[in-house]
Amino acid sequence: MLKIHCPYCQETREEEEFHYSGQAHIARPSDPDSCSDEDWGNYLYFRKNPRGRHMEMWVHAAGCRKFFNVVRDTITYEVEQTYLIGHVPRESTQ
Amino acid sequence: MEKYSAYSLFKHALGHHENWQRQWRNPEPKKHYDVIIIGGGGHGLATAYYLAKNHGIHNIAVIEKGYLGGGNTGRNTTIVRSNYLWDESAQLYEHALKLWEGLSQDLNYNVMFSQRGVLNLGHTLQDMRDIERRVSANRLNGIDGKVLDVDGVRRIVPILNTSQNARFPVLGASWQPRGGVARHDAVAWGYARGADGLGVDLLQQCAVTGFEMSGNQVRGVVTNRYGTIEADRVGCVVAGNSGVLAGYAGFELPIESHPLQALVSEPIKPVLDTVVMSNQVHGYISQSDKGDLVIGAGIDSYTGYGQRGSFTTIEHTIAAIVELFPVFSRVRMNRQWGGIVDTTPDACPIMGASPVENLYLNCGWGTGGFKATPGSGHVFAECLASDDVPQLARPFSLQRFYSGALIDEHGAAGVAH
Repeated sequence: MLKIHCPYCQETREEEEFHYSGQAHIARPSDPDSCSDEDWGNYLYFRKNPRGRHMEMWVHAAGCRKFFNVVRDTITYEVEQTYLIGHVPRESTQ
Repeated sequence: MEKYSAYSLFKHALGHHENWQRQWRNPEPKKHYDVIIIGGGGHGLATAYYLAKNHGIHNIAVIEKGYLGGGNTGRNTTIVRSNYLWDESAQLYEHALKLWEGLSQDLNYNVMFSQRGVLNLGHTLQDMRDIERRVSANRLNGIDGKVLDVDGVRRIVPILNTSQNARFPVLGASWQPRGGVARHDAVAWGYARGADGLGVDLLQQCAVTGFEMSGNQVRGVVTNRYGTIEADRVGCVVAGNSGVLAGYAGFELPIESHPLQALVSEPIKPVLDTVVMSNQVHGYISQSDKGDLVIGAGIDSYTGYGQRGSFTTIEHTIAAIVELFPVFSRVRMNRQWGGIVDTTPDACPIMGASPVENLYLNCGWGTGGFKATPGSGHVFAECLASDDVPQLARPFSLQRFYSGALIDEHGAAGVAH
């Protein structure tokens, strides 16, 4: 069971209230028409899948219903920090 | 390799069963192999077995970081079926199912393959339309299948809650009589013994920590235990850790690793003689020969490598099973586990060449790999043995994520992700 801190509600709640929404900070190519097949395929389908520190989006589905970012360890499942969309994470303290 | 038979059983009974040959050796690695297969699960071992048996390549090593069959091969719900929607995947899984049907004889090892049939329940009108479509597609591909109405379902599984008052009433099902279950450990052990008998070196407790590269070419693997081992070709069959290995070789894969949990109950008397799956209520269940109910459902939504998941997922799984089978509401659960599945955007595997020369991929089987074990090994062995990509593997190349020719099997995969 993950405990996630919603940066909007400022509350730490159980994972059950949230939905996972995949990798964070994916920028849509600014000019899709000029993308090669490779660029477009990479944008659509290729995701970071690290063992360790992972930046990802969650939505507070049963709360404020807003999307926000989470840094989580994919081995220990420990949530390191949560932060607002459009922001960058703090450097890891470890 | 000592052949198992009634006679060998009788002979060893006279010796108090003390002189059985070990099923496989524990060899020291050679300096160089023709083919190295990374990953000693069902798929990896099957690949080695078919390489040696069908393609005459015997200088092979299988490298496993833990013990044989200790990953997802030993962590699934053992369901075998081939009722996939699209031609490409249906043919691949049907190829596997045909191999399953003769596997115990072929391996001289009882994999306890039991064709007790697989039911995929429909709970809504749209479910039933999808089932009609899928069964029709299956039959056109020569795969057995039948659409059942609710009476038909009731006749096969009398203990299923088919009441009209259920939260999601059962309207019917697709029925594949040739589907069933197999003993997952025996599959890994049978292939391991078979491969070892054909001269394959099985190297356990040995993790691959990198590749020996020259330019864009793999020349061998670096291991934590034996240093560098050279190879002409390397096959990567490591499920959840595929992305990690791809990283060692310097490329990325369209794969996300998720925990997939399953659980078994205490053993009870025979009560369920088939496999029941429901995409809508979202759970699947069968009863093992030992009597435990084997239960599974969806992946944990977040990515992870922890080989465990969240309690909420277990709760959802059990809620679905109790919805379908109120009679199981007081059965106690015995064990629970999680495996790391390598999911792709289209719920189909990736087979064939990688962006790096001499490195071949067999990954992305996600939640449906066990049923494909023999077929996966059989086809991937052909990939490794020749430069020609076998017909069955062609649609599953990594290239499809650039060409757009995806094979969307989310509907038939049976597990939401």
